[in-house]
Amino acid sequence: MNPSIDIQHLKKVFGKQVVLEDVNLTVKPGEIVGLIGPSGAGKSTVIKTMLGMEKADGGKALVLDTQMPNRKILGNIGYMAQSDALYESLSAKENLVFYGKMKGVDGQQLTSEIDHVAQVVDLTDDLTKRVSNFSGGMKRRLSLAIALLGDPDLLVLDEPTVGIDPSLRKKIWDELHRLRDAGRSVLVTTHVMDEAELTDRVALLLGGKVLAFDEPKKLEAEYKVPTIEEVFLAAEGELEK
Amino acid sequence: MKRVLAIAGRIGRELLRDKRTLAMVLIMPILVLWLLNIMFSANTTTSVKIATVGVDSQITKTLDKTKHVSVVKYDKKSTANDKLKHYKVDAVLTETSSNHYKVTYANIDPTKTSVAKAALKAAILKGKMTTMAKTSAALQAQLAQLTGQTAQTSTIKSSAGSTTKITNHYNYGDADTNFFSKMIPLMMGFFVFLISGMGMLGERTSGTLDRLLATPVKRGEIVSGYLISYGLLAVVQTIIVVYSAIWIMKIEVVGSVFSIIVINVLLALVALTFGMLLSTLASSEFQMMQFIPIVIVPQLLFSGIIPLDTMASWVQDFGKILPLTYAGDALTEIVMKGTSLANLGGDICALLIFIVVLGSLNILAMKRYRKV
Repeated sequence: MNPSIDIQHLKKVFGKQVVLEDVNLTVKPGEIVGLIGPSGAGKSTVIKTMLGMEKADGGKALVLDTQMPNRKILGNIGYMAQSDALYESLSAKENLVFYGKMKGVDGQQLTSEIDHVAQVVDLTDDLTKRVSNFSGGMKRRLSLAIALLGDPDLLVLDEPTVGIDPSLRKKIWDELHRLRDAGRSVLVTTHVMDEAELTDRVALLLGGKVLAFDEPKKLEAEYKVPTIEEVFLAAEGELEK
Repeated sequence: MKRVLAIAGRIGRELLRDKRTLAMVLIMPILVLWLLNIMFSANTTTSVKIATVGVDSQITKTLDKTKHVSVVKYDKKSTANDKLKHYKVDAVLTETSSNHYKVTYANIDPTKTSVAKAALKAAILKGKMTTMAKTSAALQAQLAQLTGQTAQTSTIKSSAGSTTKITNHYNYGDADTNFFSKMIPLMMGFFVFLISGMGMLGERTSGTLDRLLATPVKRGEIVSGYLISYGLLAVVQTIIVVYSAIWIMKIEVVGSVFSIIVINVLLALVALTFGMLLSTLASSEFQMMQFIPIVIVPQLLFSGIIPLDTMASWVQDFGKILPLTYAGDALTEIVMKGTSLANLGGDICALLIFIVVLGSLNILAMKRYRKV
């Protein structure tokens, strides 16, 4: 089976600044991949290129077997940005209905999917409330629920658990694992290093390149450290030498 | 199409919940119209006091009869000038020699000066006319004794006099209608421009545009959704503005109100696409506000509120690239002459071209945020 994301020798230049030099990244169906790296490393640029918001200057960016940018394939990708990107004057349900329709989900299917995703992020009782009355965590959860709409084959989540309580964070990760077991692919960027341990493979993005890309346990063994956090620090230290 | 309607519905719902913006769009124009109406009626009732020294009684009588003009007679020039100095009178008229007049204006308020000027001119002219009429009447009386045709000639005289009066009234009417057909589209265009621009800007800064473009929606569908929702808002706004202009300002509309709405909606769509386009150049609400003078002032100056006939040809040509020129022209035709939409093809075409060009530019500009 072909990988859901297949990025080879991806290069991206803004003006004179080379943001991505040579990025190789694959996400297989039924796999959660964590993308970690310091801010400014180009994580968002990788994601934007995958979604067709930016065009690669070199290399190939195949998403679900389609060279990006491509509009139609976006219906099969669930995307959650760093900003919540919600319509504040609308209720949670109205937001879900609107984005659902944009993704091409409609009618009975949309209603049942809204019920399901609301349950996953624990917002069932707050669906009729306006988003402007939501707390930061609730907004984050609603944003995640929108990404889950349409039962996409690929989920791209940019910092999904910022501002979410530990108990709910666990619930979200349980849902991500459930989706993985159902054969979906998930790409997650995160700053929380112990979350990186929950992924199947971790990609370490530093200096425009993927320096290390393997299972968390194997990376820890390779760098001879006990946690991903220390792998991160060690890799950063090596780069500076 | 489903997506277009969903986007239009969503914007409509957001607008309905934004009470302050709604009030600005729907109530503000009425308030502005009402204020302008007050300013207009204040202008026409400026009253002037003119002091006369040794002026022919014929002229002072005519002056006194003129609306909003009162005359005070003084014997000495020095007393009259004293009154002028203390703002008791607005002008002093002295007859230096027969048929030679000298006027001194206080000129505190230019409106009063111009009213006094006009009144004096009319009175002196009329005075001459009466003298002439008297002379000619005397001549005619002599002639009549010869031919017996007095009655006919004097009828002609009086009808000539009343014609002059009608032209005056027409001038005022013209000023009002001009105001209606140029000011209202400007005002409408302004509100739609600002609100749609802000709406698009908000969508961009809050990240919802990015997220929207991360779904398979077409860029054209987003622009169409905006056109439909704000177009409907413009219809409601036009109806309110037009009817309040008719009721509050008592403006007579010869043509159909429906035609006025059509033209205004077209103009609103131009303003909308232009506002959206400019919003891509702004990175904050404050920067959006800075576009207002750049966009509004040229429209105000060049679109015919101030007559351009006597200006250099490049000025007149510049007016042709402004959408308000066409909307104002079409509205003048409808309001004053009752021209039907079918006969306004040129203006409608020009507005449609603006909409199509600006709309496509918007779709193109959105490519910045998604490459397909």
